[in-house]
Amino acid sequence: MALTVERDRFRLEVDLALPGRGVSAIFGASGCGKTTLLRAIAGLEPDVRGRLRVNGEPWQTERHRLAPHRRPLGFVFQEASLFAHLSVRGNLDYGLRRVPRSQRRVPLDQVIRLLGIDGLLERRPGQLSGGERQRVAIARALATSPRLLLMDEPLSALDQARKNEIMPYLESLHDELAIPVLYVSHAIDEVARLADHLVLLDAGRVTASGDAFALFARTDLPLAHDDYAAALILAIVAGHDDRFGLTELDFDGGRFLVPRRQLAVGTRVRLRIIARDVSLVLDRPERTSILNVIPAVVSEIADAGVAQVLVRLDADGTPMLARITRKSASHLQLRPGLRVFAQVKSVAILD
Amino acid sequence: MTPDDIAALLLTLELAGVSTLVLLLLGTPLAWWLARSASRVRFVVEALVALPLVLPPTVLGFYLLIALAPHGPFGATTEALGLPPLAFSFTGLVIGSVFYSLPFVVQPLQEAFRGIGQRPFDVAATLRASPMDRFFTVALPLARPGFLTATVLGFAHTLGEFGVVLMIGGNIPGETQVISIAIYEHVEALDYGRAHVLSAVLLVLSFVLLMTLYAVNRRFARWHL
Repeated sequence: MALTVERDRFRLEVDLALPGRGVSAIFGASGCGKTTLLRAIAGLEPDVRGRLRVNGEPWQTERHRLAPHRRPLGFVFQEASLFAHLSVRGNLDYGLRRVPRSQRRVPLDQVIRLLGIDGLLERRPGQLSGGERQRVAIARALATSPRLLLMDEPLSALDQARKNEIMPYLESLHDELAIPVLYVSHAIDEVARLADHLVLLDAGRVTASGDAFALFARTDLPLAHDDYAAALILAIVAGHDDRFGLTELDFDGGRFLVPRRQLAVGTRVRLRIIARDVSLVLDRPERTSILNVIPAVVSEIADAGVAQVLVRLDADGTPMLARITRKSASHLQLRPGLRVFAQVKSVAILD
Repeated sequence: MTPDDIAALLLTLELAGVSTLVLLLLGTPLAWWLARSASRVRFVVEALVALPLVLPPTVLGFYLLIALAPHGPFGATTEALGLPPLAFSFTGLVIGSVFYSLPFVVQPLQEAFRGIGQRPFDVAATLRASPMDRFFTVALPLARPGFLTATVLGFAHTLGEFGVVLMIGGNIPGETQVISIAIYEHVEALDYGRAHVLSAVLLVLSFVLLMTLYAVNRRFARWHL
């Protein structure tokens, strides 16, 4: 896609190719144009110029613009925006009825089960909680068997408890339905949990676009300069240590031990390791309370403020980040290629 | 009530009913356009629609009389087409009432359409609804309270019409004599008894209509929470 939207004091100019599967997150601060981009893709913005192809179908060319209702997409808005004059079932049916039978690929039963809204079908939107409403809105969009699902900060209007209520449903969407999702968010934890592909947007321009795991570990992007700069690591539950109440998580660069979790062996999990929680030593520490010590090679050292540096590590192919003081870096004479041991103080499982 | 009074009452109800129907048919697209259009002439149309609120009905009636008279712009047309004259006829009264009650129908509808906001239409578009489809399945049902208000106000306002009718309808019993004019007649003739009866009927009718409107609108408000 190559889209341009011009407003009085704002210009959105985007030239992107996104994968046709998985979750692509568009991440950026408020006002960077995320929502405008999503609305432009849906055809809801009036003054959009450029080209847009989705799954090979032209939605917009220089000469022709497909009307929004002719684009096979699903849109989940920031607020659930259910139709107040219809019941939950009426809301679900609204889009479904307008899709020809031959194009229906997602069974409504499956959607209802996936989002856990079986018990709500006869209710009015006014009788639902915020989280329930948003689940119905997601189901309503999915019921049209969209070829692309657009989600505009679907969790931002909800409190933390409601967010936690919906997250598992979003993850199961990701795992169970082969619908590509464009997910707009300004919340890094949502992005870390869901994104396969990541687009960073700043003041109407794309600053980076690529594999989410790779982008999180780059030291030259704003992500790395956040207090919560972190590496994303994909791991598999390898086993449980019942004696000490630990769960073993294997990844390409080694093994992490974390307090025991109810996860089946073989489950794939995302781990987030915050750069602040990683310290470096030159020799394998023998007598330490820290359980997770991962051998790695320094691949890059970048400034991170006056007193600190961000060290990018390579643990047998898996990138990790460590934020340490400039003084320590100098003291250890860190340089690219040096073998070190990363002591990881805490590992967060994103689920 | 005498047969004349009953005829005046029935004629009034018929006039109000027909006028309200015409107003809803014409006023809905007009209100929709006023609520959604970004046109630069919108304020001109808005002012025109609101004119009957401030003009003395006799002014409106006077211009209509001239327009509908056999040699006026509309009267001449209908005469050329071989249609019966409009002035001093029931059709003429309906035309007058439509102008007279226009703001009472258009303004609540316009407010109702505007109150829906853009979001439900965006949602409907992403759920494959075409613009026409969105109008019928989103705009109309969500504007329901506005339609109720418009209907009741249009109807009740036409019930009380006096000046316009007097100018273009005259006072033909059974044909153009509405209740407000019959009351005026009775008072002129110092027949206070009959004036009392008709006035009470109009008062009670209007009160019941408005009370129903507010009661139902309160239900709508709860239902939307």
